[in-house]
Amino acid sequence: MEVPILKQGGYLIATIQAALSDADLIKLQDALVEQVGKYRSKGVIIDVTALDVMDSFATRTLRSIAHMIKLRGAETVICGIQPEVAFAMVQLGLTLEGISTALDLEEGLALLNKRTREREAARGR
Amino acid sequence: MHYSTSGLESARRHVGDEVRVVIESDSDIVLAREHGRLIGKKLGFSATDLTLIATAISEVARNILVFAKNGEIVIREINEHGRTGIQIMAKDNGPGIPDIALAMQEGYSTGKGLGMGLPGSRRLMDEFQVISSVADGTIVEMKKWVNKNG
Repeated sequence: MEVPILKQGGYLIATIQAALSDADLIKLQDALVEQVGKYRSKGVIIDVTALDVMDSFATRTLRSIAHMIKLRGAETVICGIQPEVAFAMVQLGLTLEGISTALDLEEGLALLNKRTREREAARGR
Repeated sequence: MHYSTSGLESARRHVGDEVRVVIESDSDIVLAREHGRLIGKKLGFSATDLTLIATAISEVARNILVFAKNGEIVIREINEHGRTGIQIMAKDNGPGIPDIALAMQEGYSTGKGLGMGLPGSRRLMDEFQVISSVADGTIVEMKKWVNKNG
């Protein structure tokens, strides 16, 4: 199941819509890293609201995506981690340290707006 | 927590559904956890427990794929001492785990994972056993009980 990536202004929004296999996650990673350059995006949102399991592989891949996007000069926010999923991740000992997260898409967009404004301001100085 | 080397499949009453999922590609991992959710839901597990069960299945199924290339996950209802639960067995004929105590150590990794597959799954479930030999491969048996505090 491929993850659709929506281009909205300077951002890319990837909305995961069903359970993903490892191969799907890797495809998402490659697509995002490529498109950030292609569209000169300033930010990426990965909406995982529909994801019912975040195991060690999914967590590691999302972490890698966020780091790669950062190296490409953009910000990543992961939004919509469900309460049960958060519970399971903590039990499993998985963290998304250093990765921005938000409650939902709306909060995610607000966070990205704030981050990119700060970035622009820092550049203007 | 105990790591026994025998008596895993001791005489026990099995009732209800049993599902076997052959694990040979990454999409089988998704299938196995979906079956775990379905059976768990039928048994009356809470939404949180269903997610813990699905996550544990995901970890042990990936272990099969990474270390043994193929194997199977068997999921079934169990009834013991008036309790109902779910049992998940992950079996493979792979290289086996030479040192189970080491593999169960937090953060221990052969470099193919995060080092939390086995110890992490143990925390998600109520009971957890690993039987492994270099000759016969590995069996991971996990159980979780419905309403264990109820």
